[in-house]
Parts: sequence; C-alpha cells; structure tokens
Amino acid sequence: MAAILIYSEKSSLALELLTAAGILAQGCSSEVKGLCLNNDEQAAEMASKGTATFHIKNENINPADTASVAAALEQAAEKLDASIVILASNRRGKELAGRLAQKLQAGCLTDVTGLAVVDGKVQCRRNALSGSVIATQQIESKRQVIALAPRSFEAAPAKEGGSIQDLEITAAASPLKVIAGRPKTGDTVDIGAAEILVIVGQGMEEEDLHWAESIAKSLGGEIACSKPVATDRKWFPEDRIVGLSGKICKPRLAIIMGVSGQVQFTVGIRDADTIMAVNKDENASILQMADYAMVADLKEVLPELAKSFG
Amino acid sequence: MNIVVAIKQVPDIQQIRIRNREPVLEGVSYTIGKIDKNALEAGVQLKESSQSNVIVLSAGNEEIEETVKEALAIGADEACLVIDDKLNDLESEKIAGVLAAAVKKMDDVGILLFGEGSSDNYSGQVSSRVAELLGLPQVGYASSILLEGQTAKITRQLEDEEELLEVQLPVAVSILGDSNEPRIPSVTQILKAGRKPQEILGLGDLDIELSGEKTVMTLSALAPETDRKRIFLNSAGELVAALQANGFIGR
Ligand SMILES: Cc1cc2nc3c(=O)[nH]c(=O)nc-3n(C[C@H](O)[C@H](O)[C@H](O)COP(=O)(O)OP(=O)(O)OC[C@H]3O[C@@H](n4cnc5c(N)ncnc54)[C@H](O)[C@@H]3O)c2cc1C
Ligand SMILES: Nc1ncnc2c1ncn2[C@@H]1O[C@H](COP(=O)(O)O)[C@@H](O)[C@H]1O
Repeated sequence: MAAILIYSEKSSLALELLTAAGILAQGCSSEVKGLCLNNDEQAAEMASKGTATFHIKNENINPADTASVAAALEQAAEKLDASIVILASNRRGKELAGRLAQKLQAGCLTDVTGLAVVDGKVQCRRNALSGSVIATQQIESKRQVIALAPRSFEAAPAKEGGSIQDLEITAAASPLKVIAGRPKTGDTVDIGAAEILVIVGQGMEEEDLHWAESIAKSLGGEIACSKPVATDRKWFPEDRIVGLSGKICKPRLAIIMGVSGQVQFTVGIRDADTIMAVNKDENASILQMADYAMVADLKEVLPELAKSFG
Repeated sequence: MNIVVAIKQVPDIQQIRIRNREPVLEGVSYTIGKIDKNALEAGVQLKESSQSNVIVLSAGNEEIEETVKEALAIGADEACLVIDDKLNDLESEKIAGVLAAAVKKMDDVGILLFGEGSSDNYSGQVSSRVAELLGLPQVGYASSILLEGQTAKITRQLEDEEELLEVQLPVAVSILGDSNEPRIPSVTQILKAGRKPQEILGLGDLDIELSGEKTVMTLSALAPETDRKRIFLNSAGELVAALQANGFIGR
C-alpha cells in the first residue's frame, strides 16, 4: 500500500498536516507515515496523535540546507514507499517542496488551502493570480508533493495506536554553514487565531494608532496590518501582516481601516464572517467587500469611535 | 563572474478585472514580476560591489524582449531570453528545466538570483527546482547577500528567525519581496538599454526535451463568490450600533 508521508520541522504545523493526510488516506486508501528529523520531542508528539512515526537521527542533515533536507526526504520516501509527500507551506517548507519534487520527479503544488479526493485523484485548492482567483488543481504525476498553507487544517487530536521507529538514511556533510540564528523579537499574538481583528493600512497615521489599539482592546481583539505598514513603516512585526505573504485570517469580525483592498491583502481576510471597512476614498475596493462600509477620514472618525467604546 | 537574475514576465495584476468570476486578461499589459525587481536590484548591487556581470534570464513568449528592456535599463549588462509561444503558460517543472538548460550554456555563473515567488503564480517552486537541476546549494528568502571572494554570506528571513549563512559559490538564492528598494532607471539608461547585448534562444537551442504531459492540471480558476451586505454607514454612532446589532459589543 502506497504511503502518504508528512514532514514539517515545526511540530504545530506537522499536526495540521496529519489532519490533511488523514483526509487523503481515506480517499486514496493509503497509510499515513510521519517523519521527524533529529527531533525526539516531535516524534513523541506525532506518535501521541496515532501516527506511525519514523525518526531519522543523522546529525549531518542540516535543517538550514534545503538540498540536505530534500535528500533525506527523498530517501525516506523511497524506503517508506510514499507516493504523496505533504509538507507545510511555511518558508522552509515551500523552499523544500520544489527541490524535493524535482528529486522525486513529482508534480507539486504549494500554498494549498484545501484538499479533496475526487475519483481517486487529489484535488487541491490554492490562490492564483495573487489571490484574485481560487484555483482547483490536480497533480497528474504518480508522485506528488503538496505543501499546505499554515492554519488551513485543524491540528490532529490525540489518538491511540501511534508508534516510533528509527529510520536510517545516509547524509553527506552540508556545504552550507549557519553562522548565526537569531529569533525575531517575540510577538506572541497569533492574528491567524484571533476572533476579532482591527486591521490598519497606510491610510492610518502613526499618531492615531493608539485609537485603533484601544478599539481592538475594548472589543477583545488584536491589531493586524497590511503589508507595507509592517515592511515599510515597521510599526508592527511581520507576523501581523494579513494577506498572501502574511497570514490568512478567518475572524468573526474584521474592522479594516485605511486599507485600499488590493487582492494580495483581501485574500487574507475575505473569509471573515463580518467585515467592516473605513476608507476616505469611496471608490476604494475594500468597501466593495465589506458588510459595513464607511466613507470617512480616519483622522476624524477614530477619536469619535474610540470614545463610543468608552 | 556572472550573476544571473531570473525574471518572469507577468500580467500586471492591478489591471486584471473579474467578469463572471473569471479573470479578464485581454488588454492587460505585461511587466517584470514585482519581487523579481527586488532580485534584480540585489544583483545590480552585487555587481557594483564585486565587478561582475549581470545577465537577466527570462523564458516566455516574444513579448519578453520588450519587458526585459526595463531590466537592462535598471542595470543588467545583458539578457538571455528563451522565446517560444509554448513557454507562456508552462508549469513550474518545465520552466525550471528550460531555465536550468539556459544557465548550463553560460560560463562562470557565481550567483543565480530568483524572486521568492512570481507575481502571478507565487509558488516558489522554480528556484528550488533549478537549484536541484544544477546541483547547486540554495538559500531562499534572502534579505541580503555579502560577497567575500568566492564566499557568500547570506541573511535569510524565516517567519520567526533570521539566519546568517555562509556558502561557497556557485549558489542559487531567492530574494525576499520588499527586501530592497528597486531603482528607477533614468532616461539615458532607458535609451541605452536597447543597445545592450541580448541572446535569443529557441527551445531547439537548448539541450532538453519538453514532454507534452502536464504534471499539474487546472480544473477551474474562479474568483471567490462574495456575499456581503454592503451597508453604508454614515457615522461613528452607526458603526457602533452595527457592532451592537451583531453582538460584538454589549453582550
Ligand atoms: C507578491 C505580493 C504579495 C503581497 N502580499 C501582501 C500581503 O500579504 N498583505 C498585504 O497587505 N499586501 C500585500 N502585497 C501588497 C499589496 O499589493 C498592496 O500594496 C498593499 O496591500 C497596500 O496596503 P494598504 O492598503 O495599506 O496601502 P494603500 O494601497 O496605500 O492604501 C491606503 C488606503 O488608505 C486610504 N486612506 C488614506 N488616508 C486615509 C484617511 N485619512 N482616512 C481613511 N482612509 C484613508 C486610501 O484611500 C487608500 O485606500 C503584496 C504584493 C505582492 C506583489
Ligand atoms: N518564465 C520564467 N522566466 C524567468 N524566470 C522565472 C520564470 N518563472 C519563474 N521564474 C523565476 O522563479 C521565481 C519563482 O517563481 P514561481 O516558482 O513561479 O513562484 C520568480 O520570482 C523568477 O525569479
């Protein structure tokens, strides 16, 4: 029986992959196998979710070297008879996907947000043309590499029946040296998980930001932003970005202030239950996709709003 | 040493309208991918600090000749274009094969630069596949590159971590979007661009066979259906009332 192999260096994402692999395993009647590289803790966690887990312990594998990780995964796919490899579409995973697919002569899709098995074939949903359309695509080759966008699936729950087994592979020394690794300044808020978001764009001025923050606070929500607010203005860390290269969010409520609504942004928020948008330009496309739209200057409306929340 | 920058010609996303949930591509003009401009800028900066030669590489239909002029104006020294009508909508796997074959024909390639993703597909596959085909080490999501002789020091931005890596050339690098400020060419640069050397290759000039089989099939590509109330509010008071009516405040 051909196997579905899952791998992510991030345990939280690996558990999401497990859920997706479960859907495929049912549809293609195959078996899910989890892979860990030099990570006892992750192996134990995967096994606790009922996964047949294979642990490669080989210090030559360099997690920063995509070629090195891809070579390890290629061997694992051979040994475990995997025809489908599921990865996470975070940066490391996306980089790995193409390299592994090339090694395996596999068709590959990245940033996949939904999966279904139809007539024995795996159909994947992903954003195309910067998110202006949602494409349903199918990999035709026998071997497939699929990278799943973070938070597209729930993490797998605890389950009996898991196991851990060592898997031997060979690995050459990596030509890539990691000189330094620095964690980015910790932002503990996960906007992808927030129920209520107040999202600010370039139409906001820095001196008015505190109003938005106080509104978010009184609603019990979090602040998020469009990309340039984080990358150009650097008001927030990049993990607060909503959109194609930021996070895909599905809050119950999004209040969007001073964002024009270009498609790379709107993909990140179009699945919100309720959208409110404030923009001074009545033609701003964000107003087209709002349940409640307000044409107003933030400079004037923000203090009033913040006051009404008291 | 040659620095190769792979740039993709893409439809200008801002100009794409949706009709009956389908994207309308007629009349939309083509441009260099937004992030590919960051890759080009990184390449031109490296050239200035290391006296190397920048070659832009692009595969597509004949319109790329026009598109690539902008890259030459910005500071690339020459262009290598693989032109065939088939190449416009080709999937990542095959484009990677074409690009790798074109690079193989070049001498002394030290650094191969890509964007982290193309503006239309944004799959990030092409760079990784080319690196594998050429057997090169790769570093994705790079925000800066420092050259010291044959050694590159590259900073990579992950979601939650910044890595500083060291590797010997040659290496394939994908450049993070917004990681630099792409320069705008002057009028003289634009005028000179047309005179820079361009090598134009057809598929027959490359040592590859493109199989007709597709590895990925697109079954549909539709704009998501939107079902929004689109109620216009006229005051802060109305906004607060709407929040109340929906149970977001005053629970
Ligand atoms: C490959 C790629 C990926 C991308 N990924 C993302 C992504 O993940 N997330 C993202 O956000 N962007 C992304 N972008 C960028 C995106 O295309 C837009 O450039 C960006 O979303 C614009 O941000 P903005 O709406 O805040 O700014 P602008 O487009 O500058 O809009 C500002 C808005 O504020 C309004 N305004 C100005 N002053 C006021 C005022 N006083 N009161 C009220 N309104 C006011 C203006 O009318 C305008 O509509 C990406 C681009 C590319 C090419
Ligand atoms: N047709 C092409 N010609 C030249 N470079 C390309 C082409 N397609 C993709 N690339 C390069 O590969 C990168 C990643 O593209 P993608 O895998 O489509 O996201 C782009 O940013 C370009 O640098």
